[in-house]
Amino acid sequence: MSRRCLITLWAPLFLITRHSCDGGGDYGLNMTSTVPNTLTFLFGFFLLFVNASQPLAQEANNNAAAKPVKEIRIGYLRAYEPQLALSVLDIPPRDEGVAGADVAIKDNNTTGKFLGQQFLLETRETKFDEDVVPAFKEMVAKGSRLILTDISAKQLLSVADLAKESGVLLFNVGATDDALREEECRSNIFHTAPTRSMLADGLAQYLVWKQWRKWVLLYGSHERDKLYAEAIRRAAARFGATIVEEREYEDRGTARRTDSGVVLVQQQMPVFTQNLPEHEVVIVADESEVFGSYVPYRTWTPRPVAGTSGLVASSWHPASEQWGGVQIQNRFAKTTGRRMLSKDMQAWTAVRIIGEAATRSQSAEPKDMETYIKSDQFSIAAFKGQKLSFRNWNWQLRQPILVGDGHSVVSTSPQAGFLHQTSELDTLGVDRPESKCQLN
Amino acid sequence: MRQHMCLLAATAALPFLVQPGWANMVYVSNEKGNSVTVVDSKTMEVVKTIDVGQRPRGITISPDGKTVYVCASDDDTVEMIDTASGEVVGSLPSGPDPELFVLSPDGKRLYIANEDDNLVTVIDLESKSVLAEIPVGVEPEGMGVSPDGKTIVNTSETTNMAHFIDASTHEITDNVLVDSRPRFAEFKPDGSEVWVSAEIGGTVSVIDNKTRAITKKITFEIQGLRAEQIQPVGVAITSDGKKAYVALGPANRVAVVNTETYEVEKYILVGQRVWQLGFTPDGKSVISTNGLSNDITFIDTQTDEPIKSVTVGQLPWGVTVAPN
Repeated sequence: MSRRCLITLWAPLFLITRHSCDGGGDYGLNMTSTVPNTLTFLFGFFLLFVNASQPLAQEANNNAAAKPVKEIRIGYLRAYEPQLALSVLDIPPRDEGVAGADVAIKDNNTTGKFLGQQFLLETRETKFDEDVVPAFKEMVAKGSRLILTDISAKQLLSVADLAKESGVLLFNVGATDDALREEECRSNIFHTAPTRSMLADGLAQYLVWKQWRKWVLLYGSHERDKLYAEAIRRAAARFGATIVEEREYEDRGTARRTDSGVVLVQQQMPVFTQNLPEHEVVIVADESEVFGSYVPYRTWTPRPVAGTSGLVASSWHPASEQWGGVQIQNRFAKTTGRRMLSKDMQAWTAVRIIGEAATRSQSAEPKDMETYIKSDQFSIAAFKGQKLSFRNWNWQLRQPILVGDGHSVVSTSPQAGFLHQTSELDTLGVDRPESKCQLN
Repeated sequence: MRQHMCLLAATAALPFLVQPGWANMVYVSNEKGNSVTVVDSKTMEVVKTIDVGQRPRGITISPDGKTVYVCASDDDTVEMIDTASGEVVGSLPSGPDPELFVLSPDGKRLYIANEDDNLVTVIDLESKSVLAEIPVGVEPEGMGVSPDGKTIVNTSETTNMAHFIDASTHEITDNVLVDSRPRFAEFKPDGSEVWVSAEIGGTVSVIDNKTRAITKKITFEIQGLRAEQIQPVGVAITSDGKKAYVALGPANRVAVVNTETYEVEKYILVGQRVWQLGFTPDGKSVISTNGLSNDITFIDTQTDEPIKSVTVGQLPWGVTVAPN
């Protein structure tokens, strides 16, 4: 790079050296130099050689230093409360998701140093059912116009239109609700979290590929358990599996871990799964963690368990090492001291999408980034063996779904043989012809 | 493993000789096998298996043919194999997680991509010391050096750039944005162009070495294969500069590209997950490493037909061939 602009490095030389810079017209100064151009040029160089110290000269050599650094603020709005789980291993880490965003910010800044872009992350926490509007407004007032959200669907919808008015782009990294991509879809929300239907389809494709087509569905009594169960029913119908019987497990508030150990729920499981018609797999729909983890090894008949426990479909797996995965896993573990979970990957991907858009559009403006992300040129690499892109009818990130148990990745969907006319990734979740989304 | 032992026993009894002129030894790094397989380029048979450090990937040979260098990624070192004895004789400080490297044309310096630390490490081979560490983009991988030795190119897989580095000052002079996950950088023998493959982007960017601008993007299309399965990785350009071979990863094929028209003239079916490529010194064969089928394929560069596939170790990654 032979072009060297010294303006930003050496303010006193501003007037004399400006002529040695090209493209310097955007500095907002009306130049009326009385020194002829060539002389100015030579004088500038003379001063440079005489005075420039070694580090200064090196900095001038680096083409990034010649560019003014543009700050790109990314907000992270999250609802957090300590949660219970049936197994202590399943308690979400304090920084779940945020840690992924942090690692991606570092990645973006490594790239940004070559382009004069600096990324910052600002995190705000609220409670599960709290009004998020005040926190959101504060973040916008502080200058965040790109905001990742890990909040409930209801909370997200409460700020969606407000975001649009303020020119804010939202990246949903937490909510798996299909409704956010269907009847409640928005043109300013990008979803890196997969939907329940994508997860259920990923799991169903694997089970059907295994020829395990007769399922029993056990679901919890909370709303999100029922939504997951609905996604399973849809997947069964789509891929030719049969749900031979369904049973609901009602949460009576007596479950979970206690000092004496939760024997009660565990002991109920054999009886709860007694007298079922012939089946090959037990599917559990218990996002609320009331009984699901107690189903494996406790069923009346010996059957594999899948769904929210046993064999689980997810956007990432802490043991995924394929497709360069070792690199991100190492980087994440080194930075955070723990393994990378799905929500970490969803947040990492969202921040990387912003970074990629800033790099490719050479802009720090959300408007320019939005144009790039919504264009056909956009794609992002996220260690899943192929490029990921957005469905342009609801701005859901299309992505492979990993199917694994607590220990390792068992398979990755879409499975071989599930074909699609445009992208096989669109065999997962609600496809364009069925979509209820109408973007405005 | 037992098979390897038998091979070792068999070869130990024979004098291990490289006869210049008619046969060259082909060295293949086996990423999961923690070994280097030595194949005779004439008989196309395995003559020896050398145990090396963990996760060997990048592999190259000194211009005098006496030393093979292998990145032992998980051991954070570069190992040196003495080609006469076929044994690991030492190691070099490499920085953490070395993946791929390139030797300067004079054989004096090794430029290493350190994937975990976003660095390119420059090693002086005579003193076995680190000369410089150059901060580059996220997940540096591909390394190329211009024929005159003056310019080094590194590609960073998550930053998606080709970084041009001045070999005398060790400063980055240009950053060229390419497509997703750039894996490999290869200079044309006349130094006029650098070809950079992008695994996820599915393209090869041709960068003019004078203007440092992309002049052409080569795309690939194979009937019956989805675009996502075509993932360019290794690139090798013939010494006359007329033809380029591009390994297409899970497409299981090597593309033959005309360097004048930039058109793909042929796709050669080799083995599963084709990773890297290497020429024999006479230019008559190009050898591909096929990771998932645990073999390498010899391709005739006259006819561009595969001649023979040879089973090597587990997950063959890189390949280098001894000079005459």
